[in-house]
Amino acid sequence: MSGETRRKKRIGVLAVQGAFAEHEAAFARLGAECFEIRQGSDVQACDALVLPGGESTTQGKLMRELGIFEGLKALVDSGTPTFATCAGLILLAEKIVGEERAWFGTTPIVARRNAYGRQLGSFNACLTFEGVGEVAGTFIRAPQIESIGKGAEVLAQIDDRPVAVRFRNQWALAFHPELGVDDRIAKAFLESF
Amino acid sequence: MSDRKQDKRSTESDAADRVKLNRGLAQMLKGGVIMDVTTPEQARIAEDAGACAVMALERIPADIRAAGGVARMSDPALIRKIQETVSVPVMAKCRIGHFVEAQVLEALEIDYIDESEVLTPADDVYHIDKSAFRVPFVCGARDLGEALRRIAEGAAMLRTKGEPGTGDVVQAVRHMRKLNSELKRILTIRSDELYEEAKRLQVPIDSLEEIRALGRLPVVNFAAGGIATPADAALMMQLGAEGVFVGSGIFKSGDPARRAAAIVKSVANYQDAKLIASLSAGLGEAMVGINAQEIQLIMEERGK
Repeated sequence: MSGETRRKKRIGVLAVQGAFAEHEAAFARLGAECFEIRQGSDVQACDALVLPGGESTTQGKLMRELGIFEGLKALVDSGTPTFATCAGLILLAEKIVGEERAWFGTTPIVARRNAYGRQLGSFNACLTFEGVGEVAGTFIRAPQIESIGKGAEVLAQIDDRPVAVRFRNQWALAFHPELGVDDRIAKAFLESF
Repeated sequence: MSDRKQDKRSTESDAADRVKLNRGLAQMLKGGVIMDVTTPEQARIAEDAGACAVMALERIPADIRAAGGVARMSDPALIRKIQETVSVPVMAKCRIGHFVEAQVLEALEIDYIDESEVLTPADDVYHIDKSAFRVPFVCGARDLGEALRRIAEGAAMLRTKGEPGTGDVVQAVRHMRKLNSELKRILTIRSDELYEEAKRLQVPIDSLEEIRALGRLPVVNFAAGGIATPADAALMMQLGAEGVFVGSGIFKSGDPARRAAAIVKSVANYQDAKLIASLSAGLGEAMVGINAQEIQLIMEERGK
């Protein structure tokens, strides 16, 4: 431990619906400080953003109606590092299969919602995550990344299909590292900026 | 539907996997509102209002009360139609102890089964052995003993029982307060007192040891039963609910779409009284409701 007190990284966590508390707990374990974004007035400049798992339709609708959407999109657009899991990946995707509109649309990927079917299709899988190594991935009614565009880098895949990508500093994961106690992926994200 | 055989999954779903996945789905529902719907149109209204899941029912609890007779699992044709209509998870109820209704719901690939006291119990002794299923179950509980017995049987999510179909929130409040105060007590007593507590609560000692190790229940706990207004929903959230089921409260009210959307926003901002005030304004008539003391049929007494 050095004598200098390093400023804690401040992370804004979208907290309108879903498993945001799990992300907050993980980043707290890693020494970051989280604040919750539940309405427009909560949106402020910060070191990073988290878009948690949950229901993307619920989250997207609440973001629009509670005055969060434009401000948060601007933060992502302007380069705030963003860590998105499952529903969060849907919010970032440039295109969602079968839907006319995207949400933020800032990450050049085409995503398919609930691609593995209903809850009976949910599964755990071992995968290799770029820069982290072997991790257990929990896929719950997970989306699939159908294709990736220019500048997007694959961080993990199953059967040659990407399940985690990075575009600039937007990380989009189809699975839920926050559900376990293995914080290595969150740590890698935190150390990336 | 993907071809599951094509995926090389190094940890093919065993029982422990399903527990994590099924408890995990409940974690994804947190902070959300699960709404009872009886038609595909209602399911669409619920999803558009921001429901994080819907409960497919033939009749909502208030109408089950009014109709009397035996209430059973819904028609699979109705459940299928609702599944085809929405993209959020679809839940359905089976009768307490009716494991074949549960098998049927699993065959329909329902996302969550509610083994529910709202329907007429099929077994007055045994609950379903929920650990024998791959699909997750949510169960009602009035106190910590019921909660831990349901978890021991394999429930992946809990909810208060409340008193369904009344629009009276008093029982849900009582159940949430009781469960949480009993939980706090278990977390603070000496470990040599746990055996006596296990006996008193009629639960396995392992269950008590697990919650002490975690510092909380191992599964998500929602509020249910009698929630009719944005303020009711926020009340339950402030009392420690992790989300809310709204049954009769929405589609028995004057303007279901508006009320549903208001309850969803109220749950997302349950500590902001100013916002809840504006959400509650001009919502039209709430369900008329019946006082929980005036009713003949006490659903919370079913399944202990």
